Amino acid sequence: MTAPTEAPAEAALDFSDHKGIWVYVQHRSGEAAPVSWQLLGVGRQMAQEIGAPVSAVVIGSDVHHLADEAIAYGADTVYLVDDPALASYRTQPYAHAVAELIAKYKPEIVLYGSTIHGRDVAGAVATLVKTGLAADATQLSVDPEQGNLLHASRPDFGGKLMSTILCKRHRPQMATCRPGVFSMPARDETYRGEVIEEPLGLTEDDIPTRVLEFIPETRHVDLSNAEVIVSGGRGLGGPKAFDMLFDLADAIGGVVGASRAAVMAGWIPYQHQVGQTGQTVRPRIYIACGISGAIQHLVGMQDSDVIVAINTDPDAQILKTADYAVVGDMFKIVPALTAELRKLQPASGNGQTRG
Amino acid sequence: MHAVVSIKQVPDTAEVRIDPRTNTMIRSGVPSIVNPDDVRAIEEAIRLKERFGGKVTVLTMGPSQATAALREAVSLGADEAVLCADRGFAGADTLATSYVIWKAMLGIMRREPVDILLCGRQALDGDTGQVPPGVATRLGWPQLTSVLKVDEVNFDDRYVVVERLVEGGREIVRSRLPAVITCTREINIPRYATFTNMVRAARFQPTIWDKAALDIADDDPNIGLRGSPTIVSKVWAPQPRQRGDATRVDGSDPERAARELARILVDLAGGGRDGASEAAAVPVTAHPEPVEGERAPGSTGSP
Repeated sequence: MTAPTEAPAEAALDFSDHKGIWVYVQHRSGEAAPVSWQLLGVGRQMAQEIGAPVSAVVIGSDVHHLADEAIAYGADTVYLVDDPALASYRTQPYAHAVAELIAKYKPEIVLYGSTIHGRDVAGAVATLVKTGLAADATQLSVDPEQGNLLHASRPDFGGKLMSTILCKRHRPQMATCRPGVFSMPARDETYRGEVIEEPLGLTEDDIPTRVLEFIPETRHVDLSNAEVIVSGGRGLGGPKAFDMLFDLADAIGGVVGASRAAVMAGWIPYQHQVGQTGQTVRPRIYIACGISGAIQHLVGMQDSDVIVAINTDPDAQILKTADYAVVGDMFKIVPALTAELRKLQPASGNGQTRG
Repeated sequence: MHAVVSIKQVPDTAEVRIDPRTNTMIRSGVPSIVNPDDVRAIEEAIRLKERFGGKVTVLTMGPSQATAALREAVSLGADEAVLCADRGFAGADTLATSYVIWKAMLGIMRREPVDILLCGRQALDGDTGQVPPGVATRLGWPQLTSVLKVDEVNFDDRYVVVERLVEGGREIVRSRLPAVITCTREINIPRYATFTNMVRAARFQPTIWDKAALDIADDDPNIGLRGSPTIVSKVWAPQPRQRGDATRVDGSDPERAARELARILVDLAGGGRDGASEAAAVPVTAHPEPVEGERAPGSTGSP
């Protein structure tokens, strides 16, 4: 196991030996999370601005195909550690592998998805290599005038403020970045890149954890790919009222989202949270029920194609952001709407919205 | 069994208001609370104590006001409390904070062994979730983040089996002890303080450790601002994108509003996302109360 070293002397601020932008490729059993490629896209744009290469970091077992995929999504170089001990994601061996690569190849910037997996590994890597880690960035830019300084902006205080995080005295500069914010780059199988493979340098005996089982979520919440989202907020008053939103979502072929307030109150699990501190979403139709429209919520869903808001308060901020503003009692309107949709849809000749 | 719980006192972000002129937080009148995920960690530790015997030590870094958070933990059943307080710690980011918490863990372990460190998944104010991995890495202990449930604990054979939240589901992980566990909101429902514990908490004085007590030298480069690689360069209040005026749907008659909405939604859903925006025609003329001009909301490709 790599032991953390102590802080580097801060006098040495010549970072000329650090080069390039790296993206950590998150995957489960060899299937990459989309955020990995989204970050390769924004990583490549930034790399072009500073005239540096963009590279992917692929850690796993039997994952050579991910190296090829990373190249197709724009990576100039792929750093690969492939070992049977890496079959399931586990913090220690993965963080060790990334930290060793960083120590050897000295990137200037390393980006991770701000997923459970990405945050888990990045927090450990930052401590191993003793550098700064911005959490949950939703905006990224790099300034060549300031020594390729990374500006990582993120929601703070529950999304009420945005702050820009800098890491001036340490390299690499690292950030976890929000899935769904940066767009997917084009995939081009004709791209060519280099694959550099390194050994893990650990054996199974060095690893203190075992993954015994993976249990897929039965009521899967895939907000980022949903076409229709029915979201509930504080106005629902309790967990029970979410049932009517699940009914509506079922009738219209959507999934259920929630405001931070509803999640914080424990009415619905975090996976449903929409907003800057949850998921950033851009469905075709977003139906907000009993959501007042806190700024952190609005910023996380305002790119939806069409927003429908139902609220009893005519002054609620969400009604100002909506395309269709309904002032009224959602406890009556939502069930009636569900019934109406179930009546209408067979006749509409449009089966695709049916869940 | 000795469980340590590392907690954070945070401003209740639901109460935080932003001064629109200066883009700064209006702190006055904002209550400080124990970070909600950390309350779950305290509860989980108390449950371990009830099952296995032993004790719970609660730990935080902060100013003297953070004593209130430690007292709340005591009111919930924690036995001992340590406050890491020193002017040198001010301005710490997550890396510098994890250094001090790590030093405090070493201090606690010089007195007696620790079997498990419990933390909240992430803090309400910063949402970073970086301190527990930092402490785990410094300790060389396994980290089990986003834990939904502790399935099995065996302090004799020194292992734990937990359910973790992961992308797309849950995973069951077995880990060596000691380990660091971060608790999700789903892991338990915290209890209320008992009267006896509240009385005890009211007068409770935590052990206060400054730099010297934590074996941290005055010129240690790992603490406070100096030990923090990240800085905040700019803070601003995000602005929502302005849309045009909304089409109002009268909700006073729920049945009629539902019919109206259903028709709108079915029409919207009728168009494909790709290249079919023309088909996603919004029934502009059919609105009962169009407000200030007519606009086809969201359907940028519409005629």
